[in-house]
Amino acid sequence: MTSPVLALEGVTKSFGPIEILHGVDFALHPGEVHALIGENGAGKSTTMKILAGYLDPTGGQVTFDGKPIRFAGSDEAEDRGIIMIHQEFNLAEHLSVDQNVFLGRELRRGPFLDHKSMRARTAELLSQLECRVDPATPVNQLSVPDKQMVEIAKALSRKARVLIMDEPTAVLTGRETEVLFRQIERLRAEGVAILYTSHKLGEVKRIADRVTVLRDGTMIRSDRTTDVTEDDMAAAMVGRELSDLFPAKVGGGADAILEVGGVSVPGVVEGASLSLRKGEVLGIGGLVGSGRTELAEAIAGLRPRSGTVRLKGQELPPNQVAHAMRAGLAYLTEDRKGAGLLLDKTLRENLTLPLLETFGRPLIDRGREEAALDRAIDDFAIRAPERGMAVGDLSGGNQQKLLLAKTLLSDPEVVIIDEPTRGIDIGTKQQIYTLIAKLAAEGRSIIVISSEMPELIGLAGRVIVMHAGRIAGELAGDAVTEGNIVRLAMGMDDNKEDSAA
Amino acid sequence: MSTATLQQTRRPKINLAVIAPIVALVVLVLIGIAMNPNFLSFANITNVLARSAFIGIIAIGMTFVITAGGLDLSVGSMAAFVAGLMILVMNLLTENMGGGLPVILIGVALALFAGLAAGFINGILITRAGIEAFILTLGTMGIYRSLVTWLADGGTLSLGYEMRELYRPVYYGGIMGISWPIIVFAALAILGEIVMRHTAFGRHCAAIGSNEKVARYSSVAVLRVRLMTYVMLGLLVGIAVVMYVPRLGSASATTGLLWELEAIAAVIIGGTLLKGGFGRVWGTVVGVLILSLIGNLLNLTDFVSPYLNGAIQGVVIILAVVLQRNTGTAR
Ligand SMILES: Nc1ncnc2c1ncn2[C@@H]1O[C@H](COP(=O)(O)OP(=O)(O)OP(=O)(O)O)[C@@H](O)[C@H]1O
Ligand SMILES: [Mg+2]
Repeated sequence: MTSPVLALEGVTKSFGPIEILHGVDFALHPGEVHALIGENGAGKSTTMKILAGYLDPTGGQVTFDGKPIRFAGSDEAEDRGIIMIHQEFNLAEHLSVDQNVFLGRELRRGPFLDHKSMRARTAELLSQLECRVDPATPVNQLSVPDKQMVEIAKALSRKARVLIMDEPTAVLTGRETEVLFRQIERLRAEGVAILYTSHKLGEVKRIADRVTVLRDGTMIRSDRTTDVTEDDMAAAMVGRELSDLFPAKVGGGADAILEVGGVSVPGVVEGASLSLRKGEVLGIGGLVGSGRTELAEAIAGLRPRSGTVRLKGQELPPNQVAHAMRAGLAYLTEDRKGAGLLLDKTLRENLTLPLLETFGRPLIDRGREEAALDRAIDDFAIRAPERGMAVGDLSGGNQQKLLLAKTLLSDPEVVIIDEPTRGIDIGTKQQIYTLIAKLAAEGRSIIVISSEMPELIGLAGRVIVMHAGRIAGELAGDAVTEGNIVRLAMGMDDNKEDSAA
Repeated sequence: MSTATLQQTRRPKINLAVIAPIVALVVLVLIGIAMNPNFLSFANITNVLARSAFIGIIAIGMTFVITAGGLDLSVGSMAAFVAGLMILVMNLLTENMGGGLPVILIGVALALFAGLAAGFINGILITRAGIEAFILTLGTMGIYRSLVTWLADGGTLSLGYEMRELYRPVYYGGIMGISWPIIVFAALAILGEIVMRHTAFGRHCAAIGSNEKVARYSSVAVLRVRLMTYVMLGLLVGIAVVMYVPRLGSASATTGLLWELEAIAAVIIGGTLLKGGFGRVWGTVVGVLILSLIGNLLNLTDFVSPYLNGAIQGVVIILAVVLQRNTGTAR
């Protein structure tokens, strides 16, 4: 075997008094795809940040080409060809795509920026990634998956010896994931060492040569991927055997609780109609950019729209979130960092924000807030090393759990969940699926928007598929299969016009 | 600098930012005691406090505006305009219905209403017409300043002698030797701190300043809360004017000059983030005291020329912002 490029030897890491990593040994070899898996908060992102020079280890050492090294910062690591794609986006929102790709390493012609070649090079990288984004678009106008493709393009634009990717596929749909995997295979063939995390164990099994399991900051095992099954991985991560991922589906009553008629959002959604029954789990599938999120936001009063939305027979006015929430409809955003959580505030402040008025008037009752947080931490198994910490310091998966707790705090009758398990580990996924089934069994109605096929198929009794801003069709019962969903999502089934409502 | 080093040094710096204004205040007081025995005298202290009260009352409102991610440059001119209007109307009323308490009450009501209305105009244009707060209030700053100059015809508007005598106690009177402006300032500061820390409104201001989109998605009435911060600031300008007019009994084109900058400086020195998202009223109070203590110290000692007052205040403001930046980027 080749000698490792980058390795950790007995690395520990503490934040304040709390030790997060306990003596991690770990090596990356050229031409090998190495997957790091573990539960939320196990320390995967922290390990990666240490490898890429974003964090200094508290104890132990990092070796590069066999020699101990201490990076002065991520810039130095980058100069040596260690490139990292973060779990959270690191893009300058107001700059255009090409400016972001070349940020800090702008191409020059003489003293001036060479805009033309930067734009051309960016267009080339994006087309390699089959991403149809204009390099001149400001990043804040991109959808979440497109932003991720820009991050990937940015990483690919550098000459990498080691490429570290922290959950790159969490926000991608199947098609984009395939594109990414082709790039990973190309880089592997070129001898780049690749480190990769994902909570999607199927992907890990497919792409990785070696898989290492991290539990509570300790290496549990490291194997060749061919020697282990997905179930082995899941069991090693969680520390117990996992039973069925999806609970039994509940049928749902006969009465429609939410009726959406001819909703349009200029440019993104065209005349979408659907109805949701009491106690039902309805799935919405479709490719990225098909208007799923925009439709959900329009229903939830977060976008201007035309058409009607009726909740329990009452018409909801457009563009009034507070009204929709009081009426009993809540929406969980797919954009955790941009629209979901205040990263510089504490867990408590985030949890109670949508419902502050109910926590005492005129003065907020701190005791009741704390009690609500206690309940949320219990119900959603949120792992926070410190209660008073800023939400931005939580691991990604724990942020998602907090967001879920925040959305469900108002005890809504109808919940629209956009990507419910983005970045969540398999053990918690199971808990969340159980929770969704429980909510439905209690008579609540749920719409799940998901890019993960198994999730749609496993949870929803009925699935609506969108294509290019329109509802392309509806599938129910045994017709809810991966093949049927994909066909509709690609727009290959035009005769099945809008059978919903 | 790498993120790594920033993150490791973050914790102590946050604490530093919390206590820095208090430390600065204590140091100033100690210097004062060392330099002039009169410094701690009751007369000097009440003098300093009474003079800081106007800026202080305005700065309390400014804390909310800045915390919610806004800014208001017009408050100094607004105060001058409201004061001019108040004097003009009181003089007119005195001519027509003779002086007396009713005229004062009408004048006070007018000042409060005019402040409220001016704040409302700023707020509605910023939130509904979507004009950048900096530009809009730069505009209204010019408008109010020019209006008061016009009202005073380039000179000074003075309250009639009789009314002035009647109104005087509002600035000079008080309870147990503590004058009304100090009492009002203290009461409003306590109220402001409670509103900021313990009510939904204060929490919403911080949420909006921290990330407006998150606030909107959390069904916070972003536009209304924003508007409210400007209206509240306008009302507080009105209150400050009510306390200020009896002091000199006049208003001119130079009344309230640079008050906006002093108020903003006090807010920032106190630890409120200029980009919004975090604010504290007690810090603002400390900031106001620091700024007026610097002036007072220079007057009491002949060590440094009082003409350098502005320079020293400037250094303090810059230090405060440097301190903030070091804690801010670590996030
Ligand atoms: N700056 C910080 N200050 C305090 N605690 C931190 C900080 N950064 C990370 N942590 C804590 O360290 C632990 C490990 O976090 P890390 O982000 O590495 O988890 P992860 O394995 O990537 O999880 P996920 O799958 O949810 O992304 C978490 O408990 C997290 O809250
Ligand atoms: Mg992570």
